[in-house]
Amino acid sequence: MVEFAQESKGQFLRWMIHLKREPFTMAFSLLNPVILLIFMGGSFQRLAGDFGGDDYRAYLLAGVLALTVFGNSMAGGIPLLFDKESGFLFRLMSTPITRTSIVVGRFLAVNVATMVQCLAILLLGLLFGVRIATGFAGVLTLLGVSFLLGFGITVISLMLAFVLENHGDFFAVVGVSALPMTFLSSAFVPVESLPGWMRMLAWVNPMTYAIDGMRSLILSGWDGAMLVSMVLVLLVFDTIMLWLGARVLRRHLA
Amino acid sequence: MSNPAVRIDELQKNYGPIVALAGISLEVDKGKIFGLLGPNGAGKTTTVRILATLARPDRGRAEISGIDVVRDPIGVRRLIGYVPQELTVDPYLTVREHLNYYADLYHLSTAAREARVRDLIALTGLTGQEDRRARHFSGGMKKKLDLACGLIHRPAVLFLDEPSLGLDVHVRREVWSYILKLREEGTTVFLCTNYMDEAERLCDDVAIIDKGRIAAIGSPGALRSQLKRDVISIEISGSDANQQRLENLERAVSRLGIVKGTVKDGTQLRIYVASDESALPQILQAATALTIPIHSITHSRPGLDEVFLQHTGHPLADGGERHG
Repeated sequence: MVEFAQESKGQFLRWMIHLKREPFTMAFSLLNPVILLIFMGGSFQRLAGDFGGDDYRAYLLAGVLALTVFGNSMAGGIPLLFDKESGFLFRLMSTPITRTSIVVGRFLAVNVATMVQCLAILLLGLLFGVRIATGFAGVLTLLGVSFLLGFGITVISLMLAFVLENHGDFFAVVGVSALPMTFLSSAFVPVESLPGWMRMLAWVNPMTYAIDGMRSLILSGWDGAMLVSMVLVLLVFDTIMLWLGARVLRRHLA
Repeated sequence: MSNPAVRIDELQKNYGPIVALAGISLEVDKGKIFGLLGPNGAGKTTTVRILATLARPDRGRAEISGIDVVRDPIGVRRLIGYVPQELTVDPYLTVREHLNYYADLYHLSTAAREARVRDLIALTGLTGQEDRRARHFSGGMKKKLDLACGLIHRPAVLFLDEPSLGLDVHVRREVWSYILKLREEGTTVFLCTNYMDEAERLCDDVAIIDKGRIAAIGSPGALRSQLKRDVISIEISGSDANQQRLENLERAVSRLGIVKGTVKDGTQLRIYVASDESALPQILQAATALTIPIHSITHSRPGLDEVFLQHTGHPLADGGERHG
């Protein structure tokens, strides 16, 4: 157990060094949410009066957070694919590590990066005048929800890194999944306003639950029933992904 | 009795219809440098991958210091270092960060690692480069760093797959000197190479491998003397009129009992003779009798290239492109 912790720490630190040395990547991946929040929030403001009060930016903030979590988590497996392609990963297999540490180290690093980005977006929201109804405790809860959502998506990404052959395939899968995951959720408009079949798909999308829960924390305050159901859905999602992920990794890392 | 550093017994491996290893056996004693010499596709990489627990044999056994690679891969991984053919450094990390990373993977304590990192940086000639990122390194420096990473835990056996592939002459010699230093420290080194000079310069023992089989095994010196022949090269002063004389000489020496074969190459005649002290005088006598104007004459021992040719029937250089 002590050895496993040391291995995972080694892997985690490697990714933290990467993160520190490629600030451009971090800044660039923040660009999309910033554009959404500032420009889309600004331009839809007048159209959206009937959605959730009169601040569409505040309304959009939850969706932007979830999008950031999705994008960052979904890209989390890519460096492992590069490691696979370069032979780095193969060499690691000759070291006496528990191979799960490769995944654990990467998982932790991805989620640290996601949390930093979410925090940056929340601060930006505050800067643009969004008031979070649940205050400071709400901000912490928002980060917690982001983590629960990112957990399962990161596991999907790590699975893809081992299942897919090269990073071209990976980018294709991620690129194609991003739009439907976003539009088949409540990121930009309430689910009730979607056409019937889209609504059905939105209801099986974990993003919808995370967004609705986060939105209520931002706009209206603490809603116990809403929070409990959201956390339950996300926990079920995470558990299923973890179970699947463990099976996939056992096959590909054994 | 202590176990050999490496023991392979009737190892077989197929990749689909391709036979990578057709049943090889060998032993490497502790503290030796052992070389697997053969062309691309001969089965060298497959052998090292099985020994480094990165591939499973179809049949046969392989042990590192008595530990079976299939039954206890983790036990084997603790004992070995593996430096693959391709460069595997992380461009974002500095030299020191690489070594600390591998120190974590091999569970070194904080106390043990500091001195070890310092020693390795000195051993591989990376002093002064500790805090530079590998992104800016030349191929040679990356190779040195790769080597250092494989040594962090003082492995009992170090596996090197083509350690000097793609390196320039200068760096190649440096890498060789590190490998020789490792032997002084008692590390067993198992390397794959398709360079004759590398095998000859470094290895205590060499196995000649071709098409998944071991063709010959022994020290470079023993392999050469097993051939029981030397090479005498005669070069005559070049002019067309002398070509006829060279052919006459070839016919004359071929009748001598000590001569095993001849190869004519321009103005040069290579004569393979039995290792016999009287060989040179006999050939000189034959040349004098024919009044042949000799430009130069050399008497040499055969190289591993001739050993390879003898055992496999084809030169080392054209072994095909198949990887294994």
